[in-house]
Amino acid sequence: MGDRSVADRLKDFGEVDNGLSPKEAIEEAGRCLQCKKPGCVDGCPVNIDIPAFVALIAKGKFLEAAESIRQQNLLPAICGRVCPQENQCEALCILGKKDTPIRIGQLERFAADQERAKGLTVPARKTATGKRVAVIGSGPAGIVAAGELAKDGHDVVLYESLHAPGGVLTYGIPSFRLPKDVVKAEIDLILAMGVDLRLNHLVGRTVSFEELEEYDAILLGTGAGLPYFMGIPGENLSGVYSANEFLTRVNLMHAERFPEYDTPVAKMNRVVVVGGGNVAMDAARTARRMGAQVTLVYRRREEDLPARAAEVHHAKEEGIEFITCANPIRILGEQAVTGIECIRMQMCNLDKSGRPIPEPIDNDTFTLDCDVVIQAIGQGPNPVLVSQIPGLDKGRAGNVVTEEDGRTSHPKIFAAGDVTTGAATVIMAMGGAKQAARSICEMLGSR
Amino acid sequence: MYIIEKSLKLSENVYEIWVNAPHVTRNAKAGQFVIIRTDETGERIPLTISKISGDLVRIIFMAVGKTTHALAAVPAGGAISDIAGPLGCPSEIKKYGTCVLVGGGVGIASTPVIAQALKDAGNRVIGILGARNADFLILEDEMAEICDKLLIATDDGSKGHHGFAADLLKQVIGEEKVDAVWIIGPTIMMKVTSNVTREQGIKTFVSLNPIMVDGTGMCGSCRCVVDGKTKFACVDGPEFDAHQVDFDNLMQRQRYYMEHEKEALALWKEHQCTCGGQH
Repeated sequence: MGDRSVADRLKDFGEVDNGLSPKEAIEEAGRCLQCKKPGCVDGCPVNIDIPAFVALIAKGKFLEAAESIRQQNLLPAICGRVCPQENQCEALCILGKKDTPIRIGQLERFAADQERAKGLTVPARKTATGKRVAVIGSGPAGIVAAGELAKDGHDVVLYESLHAPGGVLTYGIPSFRLPKDVVKAEIDLILAMGVDLRLNHLVGRTVSFEELEEYDAILLGTGAGLPYFMGIPGENLSGVYSANEFLTRVNLMHAERFPEYDTPVAKMNRVVVVGGGNVAMDAARTARRMGAQVTLVYRRREEDLPARAAEVHHAKEEGIEFITCANPIRILGEQAVTGIECIRMQMCNLDKSGRPIPEPIDNDTFTLDCDVVIQAIGQGPNPVLVSQIPGLDKGRAGNVVTEEDGRTSHPKIFAAGDVTTGAATVIMAMGGAKQAARSICEMLGSR
Repeated sequence: MYIIEKSLKLSENVYEIWVNAPHVTRNAKAGQFVIIRTDETGERIPLTISKISGDLVRIIFMAVGKTTHALAAVPAGGAISDIAGPLGCPSEIKKYGTCVLVGGGVGIASTPVIAQALKDAGNRVIGILGARNADFLILEDEMAEICDKLLIATDDGSKGHHGFAADLLKQVIGEEKVDAVWIIGPTIMMKVTSNVTREQGIKTFVSLNPIMVDGTGMCGSCRCVVDGKTKFACVDGPEFDAHQVDFDNLMQRQRYYMEHEKEALALWKEHQCTCGGQH
């Protein structure tokens, strides 16, 4: 069925990708070679038995396919939409060597959507263990860990500082990429397993670390919610947003529907988004839907954009202008933003990750007129809680250091997701959360 | 949902509510704030914790925009969707010696908890309350009970000193040695009043009230410039060294949504009229 037309999708915040029809899904699944040693499974951070569920779709057994995915993945409708499959399962599909790989993400989403339309069944829980576990943060890591721990029979209290659960799934990723009813359905299913969700609780303030220590185990899933700013002049002018603020105003608070909703966002004519990751694409495409002309400024080359290729493609289709090899040096304005001054960058030696190191070209500057600047240059771990835990090992960026099994330097504390890795993907957080939940279960003697 | 147990009007557009929120009261300390959201379409706004009594949080606010008007309209026994907190760092409470607390207008709401905490830490506490006129003066009795000395200023001279709280602060500093000062009120009042202590280098705190969204350090909407560095008022503050704050930047950022605020309030008032308050 593919993507909605550009003209159509710019009118609203509805999902861009329509997904597959049953006929298309069966056809696509039928291409799978059912490899004896499937590479795709190795590429999946949560090790979904991909050939098994694909085979079920090929036979038209959609609900069985969804059930098969659920053995390993509690959020299939979300992952089917936002996982970077092109770098994971699909990258290792043998068909990709000569032709196009199986569209595993689309098939996962298809199965999950079919299942949701029929009504989801709450997964069974083991006998109650009487052990109490606190999970901090209800984003991808926290939700998955809460589900895994509840399944094993533990009493789980899930703390969330905002008024709605989901973390970045709720406040960060726009509904045109991840509809909020999909997020709600998958989270509600986990809550229905008996997870005690406590909204409006900022752990570290509402709940002290000493109170937290009364639990048998603690899982930190507090994410990477601290927005970075560039540290350039003019950055604190009105009209300069972090991508987090801009996206939160729209996704969580519905500023696009002001004044029906009370939260405002700037009236925008020309917007400059700084950054080249998925968050930058989300911010740019959101601003575009609010009627603005949008220019994205990225310091490296187009081929270095860290965003998913599909998101870059969607952004370009929607009329977002890309200026690469340029970096802002100053934001202009008296009371509020009127423009941004940038400098051209040249690509020098490669860094450790193989990306070129951009260096400014002296005096080669240009100015863009704009009334809003959105900085999407990355986020770090939120320090509110982790800075209060005595003796907790942290990395240079403030991230919590863990073993592979999710253990931290504190015997009762485990951590998963962006708080350990820095800003990464939903699925990486989920993989880490499953592992950390398993370690907690082992410690508590339920596995 | 959180129940508003008591709701009363203190003066023109100034209201006092008591919200049942045990999760907030358990660990709340002087100087912290909450974020409330009145209903499903509401915005998140920060309000200072004015007092704690059992499971109840007292909040005193002025109805200026749509959200605060809507909050004032919730009757006792009614509910609001959300209250998150306590948020922000507590006031730096320790034994300083003599402390002066200056409250301006509705900013007076924040002073009793801080005054009490300073008193409990063994300080001599002097209160200075400033208001437009005698009718706008709030919490006078409460502050009189906590403080060793309480001075009043009104702009029109209807009570106490005819003039500003800053005049009284100057007077107190002239009379005795002051070790620490808190100034809480409208931004312009904090800017002007903190100049009084600048020259003598008296440790002075102000409680900033920039526009916030989440209140948890996630968005940076509340960023302020303190000592030339960007700080998030919600997690690094809300109290900062008054002599290091860039008040002009704060005022510029506070004004950003003024047009939106007018529009939202006008729409709300219009709606109040057509439905006769029956909604």
